[in-house]
Amino acid sequence: MIAEIGLAALWLAAALAALQLVAGALAVRGGAGSEIAALIRPAAVVQGALASVSFVMLLWVFAVTDLSVKLVAANSHSMKPMVFKLAGAWGNHEGSMLLWVTVMALAGGLIALVERRLPERTMHATLAAQGFVGLGFYAFLLLSSNPFERLALPAAEGMGLNPLLQDIGLAFHPPTLYFGYVGLSIAFSFAVGALITRQVTPEFARAMRPWVLGAWVFLTLGITAGSYWAYYELGWGGWWFWDPVENASLMPWLAATALLHSAGVLAARDALRAWTIMLGVVAFSMSMMGTFLVRSGILTSVHAFAVDPERGTFILALLALYIGGALLLFALRAGTISEGERFSVTSREGALVFNNVMLSAILAIVLMGTLYPLLTEAFDTRVSVGPPYFNPVGAIFVVPMLIVMAVGPLLRWRRDSFERIGREAALVAAIILAALVLVSIIGDVAILPLLSLALAAALAVGSLLPLKGRNLRLLPIATWGMVIAHFGIAVALFGMASERAFSKERLAAVMPGEAAQVGPWTVTLEAVEPVAGPNWTAIEGRMSARYRDGDPTTIAPQARSFWTPPQETTESALITRWNGQLYAVMGDQAAGGRWQVRLWWKPFVTFIWYGGMLVALGGVLALIGRVLSDLKRRSVTRRIAERKAETP
Amino acid sequence: MSAMKAKHQRLVLILLALVALVGAGLLAAYALRNQASYFYLPEQIRDNPPAVGQAIRLGGMVETGSLKTQPDGVTINFVVTGRDRSRVPVRFAGIAPDLFVEGSGVVAEGRLGPEGTFVADNLLAKHDENYMPRELEGMSEDQARTMAEDTTVGLK
Repeated sequence: MIAEIGLAALWLAAALAALQLVAGALAVRGGAGSEIAALIRPAAVVQGALASVSFVMLLWVFAVTDLSVKLVAANSHSMKPMVFKLAGAWGNHEGSMLLWVTVMALAGGLIALVERRLPERTMHATLAAQGFVGLGFYAFLLLSSNPFERLALPAAEGMGLNPLLQDIGLAFHPPTLYFGYVGLSIAFSFAVGALITRQVTPEFARAMRPWVLGAWVFLTLGITAGSYWAYYELGWGGWWFWDPVENASLMPWLAATALLHSAGVLAARDALRAWTIMLGVVAFSMSMMGTFLVRSGILTSVHAFAVDPERGTFILALLALYIGGALLLFALRAGTISEGERFSVTSREGALVFNNVMLSAILAIVLMGTLYPLLTEAFDTRVSVGPPYFNPVGAIFVVPMLIVMAVGPLLRWRRDSFERIGREAALVAAIILAALVLVSIIGDVAILPLLSLALAAALAVGSLLPLKGRNLRLLPIATWGMVIAHFGIAVALFGMASERAFSKERLAAVMPGEAAQVGPWTVTLEAVEPVAGPNWTAIEGRMSARYRDGDPTTIAPQARSFWTPPQETTESALITRWNGQLYAVMGDQAAGGRWQVRLWWKPFVTFIWYGGMLVALGGVLALIGRVLSDLKRRSVTRRIAERKAETP
Repeated sequence: MSAMKAKHQRLVLILLALVALVGAGLLAAYALRNQASYFYLPEQIRDNPPAVGQAIRLGGMVETGSLKTQPDGVTINFVVTGRDRSRVPVRFAGIAPDLFVEGSGVVAEGRLGPEGTFVADNLLAKHDENYMPRELEGMSEDQARTMAEDTTVGLK
């Protein structure tokens, strides 16, 4: 019964999306039938509610492990802990697509409910576009990936969830990332709406910006969390693998970052109109392409749940329809969007344009590297593209971007001169040089980590320079947001560079009671014991780790064997200090009663994720600042209107 | 700003953006040709070996009886076999994947050493009941058949 309610709610939500599209189209066209416009906003809100009902019903069948539902039987198990039963609802293809459309419907409902700044006609076009995009994904779910399908005969027991996914990370990482991915659909619909009504104005950018900021914050958090999850769960000690699925989350982030900055220019200075619209289309297109890459089964990875060519073709068709359609609309209308305000090259706008071009170039490089193996496979050559490509080629554009980022915020809008910020620019250059020399003296560091360390130092200082000579208590919240986000990039960059440059690795086979050295750590393997969990057994190595002459800390990395489904995973053990992490992995038994252990000392590696969180915090502050100042502006205009009404 | 430049600002911006993007694209295309790591079978290594030190992936079967652990307890040596009795010796220092066993398929990431031994940085074996390194799908038919039996237990 529960599953049927979920399915019915999903069909109704799809019908409302169709209504939203038709009513929106009629309203935008005007003339007869345009009174239907009153239905658009309620339709969007109810659609969001119905999709949520459907998703809650899916959670329900997973919570009670209803084994007559095919999806539950295939992906869950009655003996799993409750948190993984619930999280398992989206740890599979159908469930994750339902999460996708639910977030999309909620986003549409939310803009229908609270967005009052857009001209009504643009709003109708936007909601129609949101309904149109939603409709395709409803069709995909209902026609080829029904999450509520029943089995003719209920299964006796579920097949269990991939053990790599049985981690608390699953509860947070996919939903966060999806809020980001799908939140960008708002930017897409806004862009399409504005293209249809040709109203690309600073007000439009101000209305769009908080939504982009919100999606971007979720995306940032999702990528940061995903990186940390991969780092400790996969047991390889790496935090970014240039895996196509990681790239699929990075590309929308790059586009959304560019969009945020260009929307800022449009909002403040009425320039970059067409470019902002273009980025709005591109950002969500990258989200959809990520879904295509992950869900089509083109890739094999822990993220690809099922290999099903029919689904791949379906998503590819949706992709072609939406991206192609939006780009076609852009091509037809871009010429009619009149040119915005002009600006000098040395100005805030100039720096932001530079940032946008660099981000787009990085996006192009990541995109090509991700698609290249698919392309060569068509010609029967199998290649894999990894760090030797992405790191140096990406750096060619990242480095200039970071340098401009360190001084760009000091420039004034419209027109400025380099002489005015000469002292600050000299300071940044001096820090880069000093850091380069200093690090080269300390040790033998490869060129990329060396450059990154120097740029991180310069950017950390440069990002704080806009605070200089200002009353910190009067500084707008949004400016704090920018400063903290930029500072966060410097922190993350420092962590990445330090991990690359100074990590120590030790691989050893030791007898219980013996010790191994890694960097400043002495790790003694005390004992090796078998342990058991709810749905796994493991070999646990009890180790005591000592940092220099400090007190020993006990850690217990495990090699786990799950039995539903049968799979081995390594559970790494970590000791976090302010200046880095010790990372320990348990291996196999070697000859003569010895055990393999793998140890890493990773100085300042945690800064990568602290940095990511700072960037997200900056986004949150910017969002709060923008919303507050918008509320203020609205109450002021209302009061002016009231006063006018009083004095006729 | 000169009047001329201001007049054509939009055009100049578009051109600059295009130049940067096309530049990035060309650079990427050039780098991809050199930096992509190609997949080799043992017979290809024998007939047409890659340059020493170039990052490649090697895929084949682990020869039965060839797996030996060195006295340090962490370095292993084994032989990967391909068609026509082609054999490539491999050295790997690290914790081998749990499902890495003699007689089954493996993909080794690494580079060919000067003495003809393939030095692996990473071994990819069957990861769980659904995951198989994609490269193994392109192996010769008889190998694929053997490997399918070994590595795709539980796959429909």
